[in-house]
Amino acid sequence: MPENNNSVVVENLVKRFGNYVVVDRINLEVSKGEIFGFLGPNGAGKSTTIRMLCGLLKPTSGHAEVAGFDVSRYPESVRQNIGYMSQRFSLYNDLKVIENIRLFAGLYSVPASNLQQRIEWALRMANLKGQENLITATLPGGWKQRLALGCAVLHKPPVIFLDEPTSGVDPITRRQFWELIHQMAEEGVTVFVTTHYMEEAEYCNRLALIFRGRIVALGTPSELKRDSMNGELLLVECEPLGDAVEALQSAPGVIDAAVFGNALHLVVAEAARSIPQLESYLAGRGITVTRMEKIRPSLEDVFVSLTTGREAAEERAS
Amino acid sequence: MSLTRLLAIARKEVVQILRDVRSLIIVVLMPGVLVLLFGYGVSLDLKGLPVYVLDQDDSQQSQDLLKHFQASEYFHVEHVVAGYKELTRAIDDGHAKMGIVIPWDFSQRLRDGRLIEIQAIVDGSDDNSANVLIGYTEAVVQGYSAQMQINWLRERGISIQPAAMNVETRTWYNEDLESSAFIIPGVLALVMSVIGAFLTSLTISREWERGTMEQLISTPVTTMEIMLGKLAPYFVLGMFDTVISALIAIHWFHVPFRGSWATLMVASAMFMVVVLSLGFFISVLAKSQFAASQIALLITFLPAFLLSGFLFSIEQMPVVLQWITRILPARYYVSVLKKIFLKGTPAAMLYADLIPLVVFTFVLALVATRSFHKRLE
Amino acid sequence: MMDHFQSAIVVEGLTKSFPGVRAVDALSFEVRSSEIFGLVGPDGAGKTTTLRMLAGIMPPDAGKAMVAGFDVASDPEGAKHALSYMPQRFGLYEDLTVDENIRFYADLFGVNKAERDTRSEQLLQAAGMSEFRKRLAGKLSGGMKQKLGLVCALIHRPKVILLDEPTTGVDPVSRRDFWRILYELVAEGVTILISTAYLDEAERCHRVALLHQGKLLFCDTPANLKAKFGKGVLSITAAEPRILRDELKDAEGISSLLLTGDGLHVVVDNTARRIPEYEARLKRAKIPFDAIQQVAPSIEDLFVDAVGAGAAPHA
Repeated sequence: MPENNNSVVVENLVKRFGNYVVVDRINLEVSKGEIFGFLGPNGAGKSTTIRMLCGLLKPTSGHAEVAGFDVSRYPESVRQNIGYMSQRFSLYNDLKVIENIRLFAGLYSVPASNLQQRIEWALRMANLKGQENLITATLPGGWKQRLALGCAVLHKPPVIFLDEPTSGVDPITRRQFWELIHQMAEEGVTVFVTTHYMEEAEYCNRLALIFRGRIVALGTPSELKRDSMNGELLLVECEPLGDAVEALQSAPGVIDAAVFGNALHLVVAEAARSIPQLESYLAGRGITVTRMEKIRPSLEDVFVSLTTGREAAEERAS
Repeated sequence: MSLTRLLAIARKEVVQILRDVRSLIIVVLMPGVLVLLFGYGVSLDLKGLPVYVLDQDDSQQSQDLLKHFQASEYFHVEHVVAGYKELTRAIDDGHAKMGIVIPWDFSQRLRDGRLIEIQAIVDGSDDNSANVLIGYTEAVVQGYSAQMQINWLRERGISIQPAAMNVETRTWYNEDLESSAFIIPGVLALVMSVIGAFLTSLTISREWERGTMEQLISTPVTTMEIMLGKLAPYFVLGMFDTVISALIAIHWFHVPFRGSWATLMVASAMFMVVVLSLGFFISVLAKSQFAASQIALLITFLPAFLLSGFLFSIEQMPVVLQWITRILPARYYVSVLKKIFLKGTPAAMLYADLIPLVVFTFVLALVATRSFHKRLE
Repeated sequence: MMDHFQSAIVVEGLTKSFPGVRAVDALSFEVRSSEIFGLVGPDGAGKTTTLRMLAGIMPPDAGKAMVAGFDVASDPEGAKHALSYMPQRFGLYEDLTVDENIRFYADLFGVNKAERDTRSEQLLQAAGMSEFRKRLAGKLSGGMKQKLGLVCALIHRPKVILLDEPTTGVDPVSRRDFWRILYELVAEGVTILISTAYLDEAERCHRVALLHQGKLLFCDTPANLKAKFGKGVLSITAAEPRILRDELKDAEGISSLLLTGDGLHVVVDNTARRIPEYEARLKRAKIPFDAIQQVAPSIEDLFVDAVGAGAAPHA
């Protein structure tokens, strides 16, 4: 049983497949009621880490505790105390709503004394009271999400894992879904989220970015945007755009230049110094600049900057 | 129509067949397996059936009768027992399919010219072999009996030709061989149904299931190119497998082949088009590969097996079923096969079977072509 | 100055219904040549249906659709040699190699061998996939499959490309690479119509059309849409966002209030006025916060504002 407020503790977690180190000494502490996000490119070790935390895969070395249970020694206890929801794979589409609920209640061994109450709760949460007999496949996206969430927490687990729970769903439905998550977090449920969807990442209290098996950034979304970017971000509007990109790739102080819609995004070491420098640089090449200003990086900018920056650094080192 | 596009579709289909272990096994092994299965499966059972004998007489004459049984390839006298109980137990245990009891006064009655009753106890749980055993036993005994009668008469100075006795025996001995010769040509129809309909039925539904069809229909390729391109490899494979099956039948099982290869190829090509069209049509209609394969088996393989006349003779079927077989293309093809193999009927005489086959070919090909549209609905 | 743009795609009153639902409802928009046009909206908005009609694989119930000068409603086959369609599930054959997939599509579009060889080498290099030619498509990573799908779609130099949610489930780095390729294509004169459920991806398009339940909400450049928004957006960071929310939820001037991981995202009527107002209020209530900043509105803000933050999910 945890003596402190930490619901998930990970210490030097390692997973090796043969000679290949997929997860390379990960360290984490997630408190109760925290919404924690896991980001990273495919193959970075994200899914492997999650599987270890869910008690589905045994770590090679290191230590992890979820809901107070050691994942290496008591994986079944871990599994009894977590809920898992994936947008695509959670529900059986040809079953009715109520049938899905009962199925998951059975799978999670919800005791008979609680069963009716939990079923009621799940139906109300998903706004499906009175619609129990609808076939799951016919539910519109937003409702399926909520039903899947309801099914994942029928047994009131202290920790839940969500895998891209709201991708593809309209923003309003997404906000309502995350309202539910926030309520659960307020009640002390720890929420682990994995996603490529930066809009979902913004809902997390803290984020960890995993790259090549290691955590390369850890902090709140604002902290990451402020501190983890390798440089500052500039928005440039100019004519002609195509020539400008080429010219800027080799301009002084420019770390990265990319087209973004009708404008350019530049990563520079220091915005204040670069702006006047680059304006004259471009003017000298016959390119008229209509706008050049510092903008806040998005989580995606941070993500890309950290991963490609790392790749470049590792390449230079090798 | 663009040959490049058609070949592109065909090439892709071939590569996919070669890379899919399951289809490959079906195409390469199945013809041989089916022919061998039916070739041996039908005739093998009825030879060397185990027999136990209780010889209560134990005389030279009873030994003589036993030798007649042993000489027949349909029996294998495994054991001579000492008592009834042993005999019945052997049949109960399944060690013997039949028990023969020669009575204690066998030789005496023979000398006296009295009626002798040889008892044969047969394991009736296997209906097929039981009937055969009874038949053969009667034949052997009658043969022996006739022989004895002739001897008896000769001893009294009357000589008789034994011809009658032998003819019957020969009929029994040949029937078996004929049945496999009778059955094997029909196996070709089964082989074709599997390749032509079953494998083909997967082709369109698989593309829908995997999501590649959506992009395919957004390209300039035409429905005709898709159909011909996809079916051509199966046509070639099916004809190839037919030839292989025919060769196994002729050279391994010595099924007589008295007709012309040209006729066989033409008729087979027509039937191939029929099953391919059916397979394609099913593939277009069925929503999933699973459904397509089940329907294909139900509509082509099963009727070919049960109702085409390949195994069970059509004339023995109830009239209703006989009428149903008239709309089965397999019926006509199997009939053509038997006539080409066993009777050597020239093509001109096969019109009663070939004309319906031609009609089926055109109708089904037309239906298949019309069924497929480059549209999502 | 030339005002006339040649339109690569023209859609007028396009309508399509399925049993019980109007998937596309009198949709009208135009896509100009050499532009990346985004069809943006959540699942069920009508994006895939619209693209399928434009690709000539699904007939519309009503309305007009012209692609590369061809009327795809009455003559779907006519346009197919000039366009390319990449559906959500990519039309890749997993049991064929990269080269075999490319050859297949090249043949379907009548690209001769010499042209195919040069073009595929060029495209594969741009995609960073030259060493994977002999690999089975099924064994490629998600990002590479997507790039291969694009290569197959480009092999015949189409004038118009229709992409249905090509970046779903793909990580941000691969997504960026993908967009880089798209920008290069546009520089070569190709017109791209791309659909996406990622609202932030809309920002990368030259113009976007926001769809909701089959109808067009707006259609313009992202910059214009934001300029016309008329409301301001604030970002307030704090260690305890929930407390912040409880305090501000009935404050004046708020159109929508969203709890994020580390703060609040607030749409207000007037930022200049409200920032000091809320700061004062929070200080009075002794609620700690890091900063209140004005931020640029996101496409999602526009969407939620247009559709209505209080609306329940539609059946």
